[in-house]
Amino acid sequence: MNSLFTPLSWSDSGLILTGVWNTIIISVVAIVVGTLLGLIVGFLRAESNKAVNILFGSVLDVLRSVPLIIQLILFSTFVGAMGNPLAPFVAGSIVLSLYTMAFMSEVFRSGFESVSPSMQTAARSLGMTKWQTIYHVRLPIGLRAVFPSWLGVSLSVIKDSALVSVIGYMELLRTSEQLISRTQQPLEILIGVGIFYFIISYPLSHYGRYVERKMAI
Amino acid sequence: MDYEFHWNVVFQNMPQLLNGAFVTLHVSVLAMLLGVVIAILLAIAKMNSTRFFSQVATVWVEIARNTPALFQIYMAYFGLGAFGIHLSPYVAVLSALVFINAGYLTETFRGGFQSIPSTQYSASKSLGMTSIQTYRYIILPQMLRRIYHPMTNQFVWSILMSSLGILVGMSELSGTTQRLQSLSFRTLEFFIVAAVMYFVITKLVLFGSSLLARRLFKGEI
Repeated sequence: MNSLFTPLSWSDSGLILTGVWNTIIISVVAIVVGTLLGLIVGFLRAESNKAVNILFGSVLDVLRSVPLIIQLILFSTFVGAMGNPLAPFVAGSIVLSLYTMAFMSEVFRSGFESVSPSMQTAARSLGMTKWQTIYHVRLPIGLRAVFPSWLGVSLSVIKDSALVSVIGYMELLRTSEQLISRTQQPLEILIGVGIFYFIISYPLSHYGRYVERKMAI
Repeated sequence: MDYEFHWNVVFQNMPQLLNGAFVTLHVSVLAMLLGVVIAILLAIAKMNSTRFFSQVATVWVEIARNTPALFQIYMAYFGLGAFGIHLSPYVAVLSALVFINAGYLTETFRGGFQSIPSTQYSASKSLGMTSIQTYRYIILPQMLRRIYHPMTNQFVWSILMSSLGILVGMSELSGTTQRLQSLSFRTLEFFIVAAVMYFVITKLVLFGSSLLARRLFKGEI
């Protein structure tokens, strides 16, 4: 019998696994690139004077105040209109990484600023060079202080990676959407997707809160 | 660069875009108000000693915090169909945003409530205040100060996330933009204008919130 809709079967697991893999890979790329860029920008912002700060700040502000979905559509349309369209993965990674960077730079900036200047003076008076002060004093202390916030931003990036589906990237939510339109079994599929995100996010967010509590005392 | 910008069609459709922006504001304000009410109830439930209430609140909070917003919207729009509940795009997005707002704000409210040391209750009791007076003059003003910024952030977040309505065919700012650009094929122009409008909306909200904060807290936050 030929029906328009076919029920969910085991042969769909390949498609779902591709979606899971794609979600993981784009999240990892965005978190790694966003963290590295955010570290640099955050450090520059903590170091630089007011004028540079306002300039940096306003660019980052735009990234934070425009919905991610609009940024994704704008960027992929823009590179398309310029005549060299990018693959959804590349365009998605670029936008998601920059978006992550905007949040990470604030996190790291507050981390660097939490290291008191007297500690830097002390390090310098011990004969450390400027780079040694940064590497041995400011980085370790500043980074440790912001670890829970870093984890929070990373988790929200994993969740926001679902939005990359809008430019055609086959991540988990988009594969499930395709399965839904074929099988007409939205509830089962969506609950499965929800459980996947939950399993990743829940333990990590608890770990973050645990670290935060431990550091607060 | 061989792309020619045509802004005319965007300006002709400005009334529709502004209308979309109004729907965006509308849905996020409503989501915030309902979210706050539910979050207060959930925060009370979470601190309740009855296991059932606190567990319901915990499950709500954890699901809302640990799954993507887009998932919630799909769940409301497609998932509930399995139970014979068919929501319009507006209601689906609204309920998803309310669900998430309530989840995040519950923790904010609980944190704000627990941040006030219990000695303050005893102190105001010893001054002869009734418990309504204690809350009105001692507890709530301090609590409001602590939850004001997280609440503002949550509101801005809902404005930005309401843009997901584009994926279920809601006619808020991005949905309207999507529809108009598909009629005219001026994708870039329309989405640039939409981005500017979102930026302006969030900036205005943040500005208004800081003005209100200055009035409410007289500068001491």
